[in-house]
Amino acid sequence: MHSYDDLTELLLQLGDSAMVQAQRLCELVGGAPALEEEVALMNVGLDLVGQARNWLEYAAERIADGRSADELVFHRDQPEYRNLLLVEQPNGDFGVTMAKQFLFDSWHYALLQSLRDSADERIAAVAAKSLKEVTYHLRRSSEWIKRLGDGTDESHQRMQAAIDQVWHFTFEFSMPAEHLAQLEAQQIIPGASTLHQRWSDTVSAVLSEATLIQPEPAARNYLSGREGLHTESLGYILAEMQFLPRAYPDANW
Amino acid sequence: MADWTLFEVFVRSKHGLNHKHVGSVHAADAEMAIENARDLYTRRSEGVSIWVVPSTAITATASDEKDALFDAADDKVYRHASFYELPDEVGHM
Repeated sequence: MHSYDDLTELLLQLGDSAMVQAQRLCELVGGAPALEEEVALMNVGLDLVGQARNWLEYAAERIADGRSADELVFHRDQPEYRNLLLVEQPNGDFGVTMAKQFLFDSWHYALLQSLRDSADERIAAVAAKSLKEVTYHLRRSSEWIKRLGDGTDESHQRMQAAIDQVWHFTFEFSMPAEHLAQLEAQQIIPGASTLHQRWSDTVSAVLSEATLIQPEPAARNYLSGREGLHTESLGYILAEMQFLPRAYPDANW
Repeated sequence: MADWTLFEVFVRSKHGLNHKHVGSVHAADAEMAIENARDLYTRRSEGVSIWVVPSTAITATASDEKDALFDAADDKVYRHASFYELPDEVGHM
């Protein structure tokens, strides 16, 4: 596995996670439960594509091997992707879709809050811009968790099942200690050590209001998005997403 | 989601202007209606404030009352405030 410096790896994790989450949301075009919900989900997806572009352009400059942000997205294979395992999971029913969205949003929100004060000015600027969008994403997905969790017997039970189903991927929300210490010392992620706690506080508050049970902290396992060790789901996403530019390299918008 | 309520959406495009009707959304409750309206109608900086009102709360005129209600006698020009110059300072009115 090829790996870059901690900062570049962080940019790839942010960019790839936003990109894959957006691609998963795009699958719901024409299939969301209500027209209003579909528009809202696509808006979230579009926000994330914009953010992915910002992070990956910076990553491309740092990698500096001639590849553009577009090429990073469309010409890397699974082991080179650094997205969170959570976002590559299938959408499932609407409960699972929202459980994934909510857990991602809450992690994203906590991280961007720290990055807004980053000593790296470019990161701080992108984070500040993204945070406005993500504040809304989190508000929307939290509302859904509460509505479905504290709704009917069936919606409660399905929302709990959805949270339980994807929860074990949240082990990635706490970074390995050595990377964390490094990024905090360089002030790239100020407050990195409190990040996991802040994420967990948000999640506890929403789940308790939703009358849902928060699972035990997820245990680390042999998979790792940040090391390019993905679940089988990512391959299918990339196959669909990358087909066109790979088959028709000269294609233009 | 077939039992969602229909809400009418009003958007204020700038401070100082009035809210204008822009369309309608379905939602489970008023909070969700605000979010849906935000996603449908204000994504391109169209507004600074949103109102949502359940469509059932609106009482409307019937189309067969048109003549009685709206067919004003146009020969009484003094009814129209067209002889006043509006000072610039008044702004939107």
